[in-house]
Amino acid sequence: MTVDEQNTMRRAASDAGEFIVMAHGGGGELTDCLVREHILPVLGNERLNLLTDGAVLGACAGDLVMTTDSFVVQPLEFPGGDIGRLAVCGTVNDLAMMGAMPVALSLGLIVEEGLPIRVLDRVVASIAAAAAEAGTCVVTGDTKVIERRGSDGLLINTAGIGRRLPNARPGADRIRPGDRIVINGRIAEHGLAVISRREGLQFACGLTSDVAPLNGLVAAVFDECIDVKFLRDPTRSGLAGVLADISRQAQCSLEIDERAIPLSPTARHAAEMLGLDPLVMANEGKFVAVVAESDADRLVTLCRSHPLGACAAVIGLVTDEQPPLAELLTEAGGRRVIQKPYGEDVPRIC
Amino acid sequence: MNDALRNACDEIAALARRCDRPIRLMEVCGTHTVSIFRSGLRSILPENIRLISGPGCPVCVTAQRHIDAAIDIASRDGVILATYGDMLRVPGRHGSLEQQRARGASIQVVYSASGALELAEKNPHRTVVFVAVGFETTAPATAAVVLEAERRGLDNLFFLAAHKRVVPAMLALLAPGDVPLDGFLCPGHVSVIVGAEAYRPIVTGWRKPCVVAGFEPLQIMLGIERLLGQIVSNDCRLDNVYTVAVTPDGNTVAQGLIATVFEPAVAVWRAMGTIPDSGFDWRPRYRRFDALCRFGVELGEDDDPPGCRCGEVIQGKLTPGECPLFDRGCSPTHPIGPCMVSSEGTCAAWYRYNRFPGRAAPIAHAPVGGRV
Repeated sequence: MTVDEQNTMRRAASDAGEFIVMAHGGGGELTDCLVREHILPVLGNERLNLLTDGAVLGACAGDLVMTTDSFVVQPLEFPGGDIGRLAVCGTVNDLAMMGAMPVALSLGLIVEEGLPIRVLDRVVASIAAAAAEAGTCVVTGDTKVIERRGSDGLLINTAGIGRRLPNARPGADRIRPGDRIVINGRIAEHGLAVISRREGLQFACGLTSDVAPLNGLVAAVFDECIDVKFLRDPTRSGLAGVLADISRQAQCSLEIDERAIPLSPTARHAAEMLGLDPLVMANEGKFVAVVAESDADRLVTLCRSHPLGACAAVIGLVTDEQPPLAELLTEAGGRRVIQKPYGEDVPRIC
Repeated sequence: MNDALRNACDEIAALARRCDRPIRLMEVCGTHTVSIFRSGLRSILPENIRLISGPGCPVCVTAQRHIDAAIDIASRDGVILATYGDMLRVPGRHGSLEQQRARGASIQVVYSASGALELAEKNPHRTVVFVAVGFETTAPATAAVVLEAERRGLDNLFFLAAHKRVVPAMLALLAPGDVPLDGFLCPGHVSVIVGAEAYRPIVTGWRKPCVVAGFEPLQIMLGIERLLGQIVSNDCRLDNVYTVAVTPDGNTVAQGLIATVFEPAVAVWRAMGTIPDSGFDWRPRYRRFDALCRFGVELGEDDDPPGCRCGEVIQGKLTPGECPLFDRGCSPTHPIGPCMVSSEGTCAAWYRYNRFPGRAAPIAHAPVGGRV
């Protein structure tokens, strides 16, 4: 079927309400229908249902944290998650990395015309499920429709407001030589799952994204009075990006033991086949924490008792070597620098 | 370090002690280069064993004139240019494909030739041009897609073909004679296609030991161990430690695909000039898929940026650190030459894994002066 034929078919089918059309974003009756029939029944709550221009959150004691993030992942659905789950978890995790628990989320949907409504339904259901998992909800939102850009598309922006836990004070300035670096599980699985789905790589099947809300685990860590000095989720530039940032911001060196970094055999082999470095692959359910040596074992033990931390490990330590550099002691017994990648890594050509 | 790797290291150390001079081994493949850097192998090799990166990065060896032709074609009305992501940022005479895309050209990243075929099917009213680069590893896929496009009767898919052959380039490196190279670590993926026997002329004609090796650190160390074993005993053989994947004759089906669509021809390499039989030209029956013919584009001359020494880096004559632009104007964020662009480029690997600003690199033997 040619693109023109597909378009014709879509135009016809849109009358039956199967595809998003421009009018769904026009602010008229069709917009109302979309919101009332496809969004509120799934995401609705007493504040969202009011459909007011904004949500009233009420007074709250302590520090508020606000964050925002946009999601443009292709494909929209991938093993282990979809753009909806990613949007909720990404924002919840950004709050969690600040030591904050989510209070409310906003949801901006930018939909391309032609998106099958059943895909939108699945994404909205996934947003609801992820928000429930994180113990929060969407209190305000917006929907816009843009012209087709070639493929079925959906972009999401979420903002989140969180309340900071009273004993949470993470900051790179608190990092000292001798501190330990801890990660709560296996790396590279989100990035590899998305690439394998996008490129139809059969050998990588079995890899699923680790996308998950980390606020529960983070709350448990602070409840145990573990003094986390630094917390960051290794998303787009992977573990390498976070480690390079820690070294730069804290002006300390890091010594990371490659053998200690949790990595599943499937992920290792998939990355090898593609010529990609697992250290720069994205994660969506991981945190990197810096703690004092005396707290490291407690943190790992606590993480391992939580479903999102079963493979937690101490992966390295902070040293006072100058100038500051993040170094990897490789599995092969060598040393090399850990740097932030330029952009997204692409599979090798040959 | 596991036992097998430790044994290989010990064996290499023992062999290296029996050499009373620096031993220069060239890894020809970009994937080897990256694996060596990523695993920090240079830092555990004995001081007198030097690894020199050869012309094995597909992006780096592509002549600038092909980048310019790709940019020219991408700017034509109705064209979708399909390219491997690594090619996007390589500077041509007037900017890169990435800049061209930002200006509005329709340029899409694909991960294989079949991605271009899909684009052509989905966009019957556009002309899709695939920038077909790479060695014998990617050439069979290009050939297969050409044949499939013919079978499906697609008339909107064309190829800017700049595939290269590895062995003729290795022979060209040796051609000046008296080249201070003691052996070749031969590429795993290319050898899967061409077969280990393809390197026979290097062993018999130039008396340089060749060992085919895979990409894991252990494979690379075993390859180095076998090379040193030959060098110490003054032997010269063709050896293969990657027998799980590489046979003496290679993948004859893939070779057949290439031979159906292309024939060996003289080719231009970045900074190495023209090398006989080192590339592929269209066989007459398939020349209608040639994007240069379709758009009447003539390949121009190369005009490499002043001061850029990528050509010498590609040939192993210079280490990235010896290039005056390395980390002084040329970096992955602002690449001047192709070796800094490609993830498999020697300069990019060096920059990413082996740059210890303000500190002595852990590599006791940075192969400075390892002239080829």
